[in-house]
Formats: sequence, C-alpha cells, structure tokens
Amino acid sequence: MSTGAPTASEIPRRALGTAKPPSAPADTYDFGSRLRANSEYVVIPAFALLMAALLFALFLLAIGKSPLDFIDYVWKGGFGTAFSFQNTLQRSSPLILTALAVAIPARIGLIMIGAEGALVLGGFAAAAIAVPMVGVVPPIITMPVMVLTALIVGGLWVGLAGYLKYARGVNETISSLLLTYIGIAIMNFFVEGVMRDASNPNKPSTKPIGEAYMIGNIPGTSVHWGFLVGVVVSIALYFLMTRTTFGFAARVTGGNFRAALAQGLPVGRLIVSCAMIAGACAGLAGYFEVAAIQGRANASLAAGYGFTGILVSFLARHNPIVIVPVAILFGGLVASGGLIQRRMGLPDATVLVLQGLIFIVLLVSETLYGRFAIFRPGDAKERT
Amino acid sequence: MNSGLLTVLIAMLGGAIRVSTPFMFVALGECLTEKSGRVNLGLEGTLVLGAMVAYAISYHTGSPWAGVFAAGVAGSALGAMHGSICSLPRVNDVAVGIAMMLFGIGVAFFFGKPYIQPTAPRLSSLPFGGCTSDLNLRSALDINPLFFVGIAVALLMAWAFANTRWGLIVRTVGDSAAAARAMGISVDFVRFLSTTIGGFLAGVGGAFLSLSYPGSWNQGLSSGQGLMAVALVIFARWSPVRCVLAALLFGAAGAIGPALQSVGITQGYYFFNAAPYILTLALMIATSSATHSSRDMPGELSMAK
Amino acid sequence: MRLLTVSRRSFLQTAAGGALGVAAGLGPMGRAFAADLTVGIVYVGARDDFGWNQAHAVAAEALKLVPGVKVVEEENVPETDACAKTMESMINLDGAGLILATSFGYYTPFVVDMAKKYPKVEFRHAAPLWNAEKDPKNAGSYFGYLNQAHFVNGVAAGASTTSNKIGFVAAKPISSVLSNINSVLLGARKTNPKATVQVIFTGDWSLPVREAEAANALVDAGCDVITCHVDSPKVVIETAEKRGVKTCGHNASQAPLAPKGFITGAEYKWSTIYKGYAADIADGKTVPNFTAGGYEADFVQNTPFGAGATEAAKAAATGAIADMKNKVPIYVGPLKDNKGNVVIDKTYGNLDPFLDKMNYLLEGVVGSIT
Repeated sequence: MSTGAPTASEIPRRALGTAKPPSAPADTYDFGSRLRANSEYVVIPAFALLMAALLFALFLLAIGKSPLDFIDYVWKGGFGTAFSFQNTLQRSSPLILTALAVAIPARIGLIMIGAEGALVLGGFAAAAIAVPMVGVVPPIITMPVMVLTALIVGGLWVGLAGYLKYARGVNETISSLLLTYIGIAIMNFFVEGVMRDASNPNKPSTKPIGEAYMIGNIPGTSVHWGFLVGVVVSIALYFLMTRTTFGFAARVTGGNFRAALAQGLPVGRLIVSCAMIAGACAGLAGYFEVAAIQGRANASLAAGYGFTGILVSFLARHNPIVIVPVAILFGGLVASGGLIQRRMGLPDATVLVLQGLIFIVLLVSETLYGRFAIFRPGDAKERT
Repeated sequence: MNSGLLTVLIAMLGGAIRVSTPFMFVALGECLTEKSGRVNLGLEGTLVLGAMVAYAISYHTGSPWAGVFAAGVAGSALGAMHGSICSLPRVNDVAVGIAMMLFGIGVAFFFGKPYIQPTAPRLSSLPFGGCTSDLNLRSALDINPLFFVGIAVALLMAWAFANTRWGLIVRTVGDSAAAARAMGISVDFVRFLSTTIGGFLAGVGGAFLSLSYPGSWNQGLSSGQGLMAVALVIFARWSPVRCVLAALLFGAAGAIGPALQSVGITQGYYFFNAAPYILTLALMIATSSATHSSRDMPGELSMAK
Repeated sequence: MRLLTVSRRSFLQTAAGGALGVAAGLGPMGRAFAADLTVGIVYVGARDDFGWNQAHAVAAEALKLVPGVKVVEEENVPETDACAKTMESMINLDGAGLILATSFGYYTPFVVDMAKKYPKVEFRHAAPLWNAEKDPKNAGSYFGYLNQAHFVNGVAAGASTTSNKIGFVAAKPISSVLSNINSVLLGARKTNPKATVQVIFTGDWSLPVREAEAANALVDAGCDVITCHVDSPKVVIETAEKRGVKTCGHNASQAPLAPKGFITGAEYKWSTIYKGYAADIADGKTVPNFTAGGYEADFVQNTPFGAGATEAAKAAATGAIADMKNKVPIYVGPLKDNKGNVVIDKTYGNLDPFLDKMNYLLEGVVGSIT
C-alpha cells in the first residue's frame, strides 16, 4: 500500500482538503510509544550498517580475502587498543567539524560541500596572522586571535556561497565546490609566494608558529584538544538548531524558501547565517590542523577532511550530536586502513569502497522509514 | 609578442578540442538525466571508473574501441544503480550522487591498481592539420574521432528533444511528473533510462581520458572534471548544443595556464590554473537570477523546488 | 661544515657496505643477523607510479631479498598526522626497528616527534633535513643528489637539441626541483652554449591533464627535448613521444614508454642506501645519521641510453657521468639568476648544503617561481 500521504503535486486539488495525515498522534501518546517511534531512527540505520557490512563481506570473499580478518583488523587498528582508539579519536577530530559544516546548511535545505576550501583558507589565515605576532605577542592573546581569524575567514568563504544562493539563486552545491578549488589555489599561491618561509625551501609553508603557540594534547592522552572542542561545538549547535527560534526558523524554511518567505521569515539572513556557521566550523578545523598538527600552513592542509565530512554528515542525518559517534566510526575505519593495507595486502582504496557502500546502503534505507507499523504506535491505536 | 599571442591562441584551440571532449560527454549525459528531472552528481565516479575500465579492456583485448564500449557499459551500470536507488521514495538524489561518486572512485582505484604500470593501446587521432605547415597548428588539429561523436550526440539530442515523441516524454517527465503520469508515462522508468544512458555517455568520456588525452591511467586522472561538467549543464541552461560550447570554453580555459607559461608569462600560474573554476563560478553568477528560477530548468529537479 | 664531515665518513661506510653488497651480488649474504629486523616503509603515493614512489619500492624489493629482513609497506599516506600514526602503528603492531619515511613533508614534525617518542627505533627520512644539534640521535636523513643525474640528462639534451630549447615540466618550485632544472641547464650549456631551458609549473605533484597540457605547450613553444620533475613522468614522456620530440626521464626508467625518442633518464638508486642500513643493523652498528651523495656514492644513476640518443650525446653523457663520479662541481660560480642577481658567488662542491637552499632559477631558464 502507500507509504505515506500522497505528495501535493499528485492529488487533484479538490481532494486536498480531505486528505488525512496517517499517523496523527493518538491521545495516549506515552513514553513507550514515543520510544518505539524514535527507535526507528536507531534500528533502521543499524540494520543498514549491517547490510553494508554483509555486502562488503561478500565483496571481500569474491576477491579471495577473509571478512573475518577484515573485521579483526578494523577492530585492532581502530578501536581495540588504547593506541588505536586514540588514533581514531585524533582522526575523527577534523571530521566532526567538517561534518557540522555540511549538517547546518542541510537543516535549512542547502547541500553545501565547501568545507574543504573553508578549512584550508581558515587554517592558512590563522597561520598568516600568527606570523607578525609570534614572539612579539604572548600566546594568551595570539591564540584567540588565530581562532577568530580562522572562524571569520572560513565563515565568509562559505557564507559567500550562501549569499550567492540567496541573492542570485546560484546552486549552492556547485558554487561551494568551485569555491573549494579556488580557495585551495589561493592558499597555494600565497604559501608559495609572499607568505613562504624562506628557511624551508623544499616544502612551501608559512613560518612555523612555534611550540608556545601550539595546541597540546588532552592531558593523559595523545589526542589534541581539537577533539573535545569539536564535541562541545556539536552539542552547542545541536541546541542552536533544536531549541532556539533561529533553529526552528531554519527548520521551517528547510527546502521551501518561497513558503518561508511568504510566512515572513528572514530567509536571506537564515541562509547566510547557516552558511557562515558552516564555514566557521570548517575554518576551526583548519585552525586545529595548523595549531595542533602541522604548526604551519601548507598544501598538506588539503587532506580531504572536508569531503569525508560530507559523508559523516549524511550518515548522521545531519544531526549534530549523532555526528560525533559517526565521525568516530569513520575515524576508526580510516585509522585501521593502514593495518589493512599492510596485513591483508589490500590497496587503500578498499576503505573508499567500504565508505561508498555504507553511504549507499544508508541512503537506500531512507525509504524504509514510515513503512513498518511497529514504529507507529499512534496508527495502531487508530485502527481499532 | 605577436608570435607569443599566436602560440597561446593555438594552444587554447588545441586545448579546447582536447580537454573539452570528456567534459562534453559527461555534460551531455548529465543534460539528459537532468532533463528527465534527476540530478546525478555521481558522474565523477562514473568518469573515473570508465577511464579505468577502458584502459583495462584495451590492455587485455588490444582494441581501444572495445575499451571505449566497455567503459560505456560500466558507466551505464553505475547510472542504472543511481537510477534505481533514486526511484525509491524519500531518497535524496544529490546525496546518492555523492555516494555513487565515492563508490565509483573507490572501485576504480581498487581494481585499477594493476593497470597503472602497463601500457595499453591508445585511440588514434585523425590528423586534420594536413593543410597547414605550422607544426603547432597541425598538432592542435589532431582530433580524436570521439570529439565528433560528442558533437553528433549533442546535435542528435537537441533534435530529439525538440522533435520526437521520446524527447517530449523526457521533457514532460522532467517538467511535471503529474502531467506525465496523467499521460500514462511511467515516470520512474523514463528517469531510470535517462540516468542509465547518461552514465553510458559519462563512461565514454572517461574512456577518452585514459585512452586519448592524457592517455594514461593513474589515480590522479580526474580533478573534479565530472563535477565541473554538472556545473556546465546548469550554466548551459540544459541545452545540448550549449553544453558543447560550454565544454569547449572550459577546455580552452584549462589550456591557458600552461600556454601562458610557455610563452614567458609565468607569474601567478596558480590563478591561471584555477581559471576554469573561476570562469564557471563567474558565469554561473552572471546567468543566475534570484527572482525567477530559469525557465529552462526542468521543473522536477530537486534544486528547482 | 660538520654535516659534510659526517656525510663523508658515513658515505665511506655505506659505500663500503654497498660495494660489498654489490660484490656479493645480493646484499650481505651469509651474515648472521643478531635478530630479525622489520623495516617499515611509508610511501606518499602509489608504489607503482612509474616515479618517486616506485624508485623506493624497487629498492624495497632489493631489501626484501636480504635474509632476516622483513619489510612492511604502506602507501598513499598523506603528509599529515596520518603518517605519524602509521609509523606508530608499524612500531607497535609490526615491531618495526627501522622506519624509512620517503616523503619530504613527513619530517617536521612527524618523524622528529616519533623519534623522540621511540628512542629505540631508528628513523631515516629521504631528504637532507637532519640537524645534528636540534634533532634526536635516532633520526636521520638520506638523500641522493639526483641533480647530478639531471646534469647528465642536460649534457645529453644539449647535444641532441636542434632548436636549442629544452622543455621542463615541473610540479612545485621547491629547492630539489629547482636544482634539477638548473642542473639540466648547466649540463646543456656544456655541450651547447646557446641552449635554454623552458619551465612550466603545474602546481602539484600529480596532475595528468595539466602535465599533458604543459608538455604540449612546451613543444608548441619550440622545445624539442622534454624532461620533467613530477611524481609520475609517464604522461609527460608519452605526450612528448606522441609529438615526436625527444625525452629525458626522471625517478624511474621510462625508456619503454618512448621507444623512439628516449635519450636517458635521472634515476635514484635507493637500494645502495637501504642495503647499507640493513647491513649496519645486522652488524650491530649504529646506522649513520646523515647519508647523502650522488654518483660518487652510487646513490644515483642514469637510465641506459634509448633510441633517441645520438653517438655524440652518448659520448658526452658518459663523460659527464665520469665527471660526476670524480666530483667535478656542477655549480661553478659566479652565476646569475634569470632576474639578473648574482646568486652563486663561487664554485660549490656538489654536496654543499648551500645548494640545498636553492630558490632561484639560473639565467638561461625561462620561467618564474610564483
């Protein structure tokens, strides 16, 4: 039978008034029913992940490798030991922020994939602004200035794509992607040109910011603070998008700008703000790449975190809180990739295939929502 | 400087022909898909997979044209995957496209590893420059037959959209699914078919990359060309002929960087190398408008709603 | 100054070990190893790229044949903390005792940090960066001065070009690339005082479409010998061959790709160094911290001549190789850059660290760094 209410474009107009939404909440909507309804959002993705794992296991068998070995190495390389787990957390830190950079605009119905460019430019800007300040201004002032610079530059870059969408209707997916390539070119131009550190002739970089200005590890671990900051930001943005009027307005606008405009919502401001928040998150990721890992800005900033972040966000269904565990899962996959290469003789593209498979299966599972009566306690009540 | 200018122009002509061919095929494939109301961002993955399959098949069979055909088949397989997934309800086709892109690239790199080393038979070009004694011009006019195939496909598509029943069906499905259903057309089937054929064309475009220009297979072969081609379709406002023109423009823009450096204009080469991206963005800004979504945009595209 | 002393001492050691290895045919056969050695090698790209990584992989194969040595390799490791984690994983999970980090950007801060964290493991990095005062003692550098082989390329190219224009497709303007370009020029001028080198920078290490465009643009501009410094010269060589011009290779042997036009190529011979390390560890000796050299240490070589090499070119190149083995300096000052400033004031020995800081293109090279 049907999977839900017919879409508006498919009903002759006169029937619209009498169409009834199928799962109107019944009067007794207790905790148990709510739990059942919400468990849909856990069971279906878990089922999808299981399916993806099975498909990938078939793929491995077909090329003569053992799926059990694979799981073993993913566990060992990603989660099994303290070393592996910290490796995973470290790898997931930039992913949390770049995924947020996709999730926030997605809540307003925009698919923006410009996190890579904002990360690169944000990191570069932070390193650049540090150059005149290193040794002259103490870290307590310099570091916040660097963070602010990264946030602003990253925010403006993606905000530009948002503005173009609002003011000129330019498709935001394409424009944010183009801006990524342009941003990387800008970074390369400056890093190899005027900002280049002359004492490092073989790897064009900005001047190193020095130990005193770098972000260290969380005490007792080998994971840098960027991870915790990412978690805090994701919680904060979750509250922003679900508990504030801004977030509510954004969700209402989501996908249907004309209706929102008609209702008097400040659509332009919402679009640009969401885009700027996204860019700021990516810029922050860039800051941590410079301040916690590299110590300078160079071409290594463009390491693909922005693109993996797209995946993470979609898999987390653009929910800022869920992004954290999904990013950790992906960090684990990437972290174990090295072990898999070395022990199973599989090329590193294997992890790409797995990621693509997970993504596809999870997207297919979207269609399962709303099909199963077990998740619709309200319906069951109505039928009696 | 005159001879320098001439050199740059000839290089841009050569680049326009050489570099535009894969763009052309991918853009035409995407044009067909979008005319039917679906977006396929996964064509980047299809392009790379097509390149790998073409090279591998050409290597094993010794026939580059067999490679081209096989690339098309591989592309249509990915296109069919995309099409069937997107026909399920509640699935976001932009997201599926990104997933297919990852999957396609992953599969291509995974199976393509053994083919980085060997040399496969390449497609030969037709020399059109026989009339000129200028060596550069002669080489710029060394055109691969696929270039003409692409133009022919574009003309065929343009004619078909306007004059045939099939063209009308595709356009109706793309503009208004309700109207199409009222006519008794299976919307999902038409979109599935368009996406599959679109994938075939993109695969052929990939074959050009590995079998003609640059004529090699390795993991850095495509630098976002599939995604650029999708941008091209929007910029070309969904007309097959304008897609070809846009692809030519793009190819010429891609040749600017190296050409300028070769005549001695060597400063700022990063920006010249980024010229295609800057150009596309500028053109998209210039041709878009906030007040009315383009008349030419198929109404059913998710980005139109 | 101190570095030069260390390198002379170490290269004598390594040359001895290498010579012994060559004499034995397969490496230090018949020597008993104190304990099995696991060597971890980290590549920045694919092992079979016909270029930089392949050169290391070929040497790794030689290493695998040494009894008692186990080699674990990981490829496509980017120059981010991913490489630090890879090295740690090799140490913790595979028990590696020697780590060979083959990409430039791995050193600071990753190799240095790991060396501090794991003082019992030896780390060697493929670029002349190790600083005796600042860096840990279990870290070190090894390097082959490929520009000597490019000099030989230039000598042969100068004798082969009729248009006096040599084309060079370069990735990024870093000092080792610039030194290769300048060496090609100086070599070409030895056989052809009117020769010039035209450079096009593609902007990144592996961009096949742009490399093909660059090769075409150089041929359009009149260059009839093309060479390059990109990670995988396959596309450049094949494109040049299609245009009917001659080519010189880089990193690995591209002779099979250009059956008509290949002259010679600049190749690394990392196996000399790798086997030297293995021998040292087998004997319980400390692995030298700074191992750098060129022809005189057998760290570089030129690809055997191809069909594009004329008799004159072959003779000139062979003479140049002999010169390099005898440490005849390439950079004989004073030399100006292509903007007119004097950048090399006097003659420098081929291993002089002054040359490692090169950030200019010599007069006679058409091109600019940014």
